[in-house]
Amino acid sequence: MNNILNVSPSPHQQSPETTRKLMYGVVIALFPALASSIWFFGIGAIIVTLTSVLSCVAVEYIIQKYILKIKPSVNDGSAVVTGILLAFNVPSNLPVQIIIIGAIVSIGIGKMTFGGLGSNPFNPALVGRVFLLISFPVQMTSWPVPSGFQTGYFDAVTGATPLGIMGEGIKNGETVAALMEKVPTHMQLFYGYMGGSMGEIAAAALIIGGIYMIWRKIITWHIPVSILVTVALFTGILWLADPTKHADPGFHLLTGGLMLGAIYMATDYVSSPMTHKGMIIYGIGIGVITVLIRTWGAYPEGVAFSILIMNAFVPLLNMYFKPNRFGKEVKNG
Amino acid sequence: MFKTFPKGGIHPPENKLTAEKPIVVLPLPPQVTVPVSQHIGAPATPTVEKGAAVKAGQVIAQAKGFVSANIHSPVSGKVSKIDTLVDTTGYKQTAVVIDVEGDEWVETINRSEVLVKEITMTREQIIERCKQSGLVGLGGATFPTHIKMTVPAGKKCDMVIINGVECEPYLTSDHRLMLEKGAEVLTGAAIIMKALGVEKVVVGIEANKPDAISHLTELAKDFKGITIQPLKVKYPQGGEKQLIKACTGREVPSGGLPVDVGVVVQNVGTAFAVYEAVQKNKPLIERIVTVTGKDVKNPGNFRVRIGTPVTALIEAAGGMPEDTGKVVNGGPMMGKALAMTEVPVTKGTSGILLFPAAVSRRAEVLPCIRCGKCTSACAMGLEPWLISVLSEKSMWENAEKEKITDCMECGACAYTCPSKRPLLDYIRLGKSTVIRMARERITK
Repeated sequence: MNNILNVSPSPHQQSPETTRKLMYGVVIALFPALASSIWFFGIGAIIVTLTSVLSCVAVEYIIQKYILKIKPSVNDGSAVVTGILLAFNVPSNLPVQIIIIGAIVSIGIGKMTFGGLGSNPFNPALVGRVFLLISFPVQMTSWPVPSGFQTGYFDAVTGATPLGIMGEGIKNGETVAALMEKVPTHMQLFYGYMGGSMGEIAAAALIIGGIYMIWRKIITWHIPVSILVTVALFTGILWLADPTKHADPGFHLLTGGLMLGAIYMATDYVSSPMTHKGMIIYGIGIGVITVLIRTWGAYPEGVAFSILIMNAFVPLLNMYFKPNRFGKEVKNG
Repeated sequence: MFKTFPKGGIHPPENKLTAEKPIVVLPLPPQVTVPVSQHIGAPATPTVEKGAAVKAGQVIAQAKGFVSANIHSPVSGKVSKIDTLVDTTGYKQTAVVIDVEGDEWVETINRSEVLVKEITMTREQIIERCKQSGLVGLGGATFPTHIKMTVPAGKKCDMVIINGVECEPYLTSDHRLMLEKGAEVLTGAAIIMKALGVEKVVVGIEANKPDAISHLTELAKDFKGITIQPLKVKYPQGGEKQLIKACTGREVPSGGLPVDVGVVVQNVGTAFAVYEAVQKNKPLIERIVTVTGKDVKNPGNFRVRIGTPVTALIEAAGGMPEDTGKVVNGGPMMGKALAMTEVPVTKGTSGILLFPAAVSRRAEVLPCIRCGKCTSACAMGLEPWLISVLSEKSMWENAEKEKITDCMECGACAYTCPSKRPLLDYIRLGKSTVIRMARERITK
């Protein structure tokens, strides 16, 4: 009976869920999309992903160990997630040194300057992606065309993305019906048979991962569903108003980075709102800005920009969209 | 048909290891230690001297002030000393130590187990009897029962809810009581109903106790005005406000009491104690305690006299396992860790829970990743991440604005946090500071 007892305030048990498990849960959810990228783009997808993950982890480790002189926390898995997401957001033939620059910007500027995990206002992978897009516009927009498993890295055939073809064509006065002939069918888009960033192409695989994350309670449905519904409604109205100038909602949902952005990027815990109400407003904002950029902006695609813009509103959303407090109104039902 | 409260809540593993274990009467210990404060409110004043001979059921400390409760001798024997001793809270306080001799009870107590269903007392007599018998809420809060039976002027009560939820993992004392003393519990509920002058009683029981639900539903057919309400399993459904919301849809206003929406909530253990006090003239000198833990040899439910050392209970359950690292008085979510086991069982002891050393320490704390799981888990609609940071940074006014005082300290936020942040520790600090500041504002 001489045990020394631990004394601490309640609760005396904790959920088996940990931050590490959540992060690796996201990694698992990204595997189907990674597999389809390898299927469509070949060895390039593997090189890009490995380079990005290794450099993100290395940058975080180096900054924590040698600059901040604190205990490195790379094993929490968040740098791995950022690495995979950054890789998913660049073409599969991007030169390795550019990927490393992207990793340095993502982790170094996007995350560590703000204080590391939990403190960054913007999604680190998107900070890196947008930096690369502006700094290396040629390399960042020469998208390999999917052509089955390839072993070459730089010799991939490149072409425009469906959104690029559509945007350029409409500007040149072609009708949507004619342009539809030049882009893959909706079914092909759904499976991922299109040009684009490495991990954004396969809607089906991304959705499978999203369902896994909702089932594992890593994310809730609020952000992805509100983004996708907003984009579908907004583009649907435009399409109904003038089907010769606007593509149908299905095309918009399945192309570009929308699925990747809605399911994996916008749902980043740190840079998204904390309440369900806030999440829905945030999702609607991302959806609206995406369609605005795609339809009237200079870029054919706007998911990355719209997520970063809405990231900036998160502190405000957290302040204005509070949960319903229990007992706020006196009810005598 | 299964109801629940709508906002927040979590599903910790239930671990009801002792649900099938009938209540066992614990033999009398050689000595009992009876603290004079086993309730919320002013400590009672000892009325016996050292060396005095006492009988079981005799008053040994008199209630002092409005919110207080009488303390009775749980055993017969001789008062060996009146001293300041450590109790389950870890603090020292006055206690009456009695050496047990035989088991002689005060003559007016009816010790037969025969059910007495007919209620002959008037409202006033019932309330007075509960007061004399030292009844307090046995769910854990230990608020004097007779005060809860008196509806404050200007308020109206139209129903009673009996709390048979027992949402804390591990604990089964209320469950066993409903199974083994169901008719007594319902009679107690009928007595409370009469004391409050209402016509309606709802007994809320969670779906993980189907045997108790069917047993009481069958028994309730013989009682007028009593219905059994099955509830979905969700923690913290045993919280008064959540239980009222689940059973009636009424929402107790922030800062208000259940009676503000016309409800009084009593625990099943309290209903049983009310039955014993009113029908058998038996004061509150024993209670049911679950002794449990995954490594405990014979976990069980024990009927034990107040003042019995916790060590005796642990011995009865097969002794303390070799690697025990933490002993909790109560359940794993809201119970209090004991610094030592040489403390007495009090009116508020609902369980003794033994954790092995491996799980008795908290996990490593990581930065908040702003996942919002704590906000989703909070049954009061608060933002635990926010109010804990505000407390950490001593921003008390902001914490008050964010309704920190609505927190009932159920621990759902700290349970659910993937980064294992000590959310509730900071919230408790903030809550007590904000309450103190609010009091100071009033007195100024």
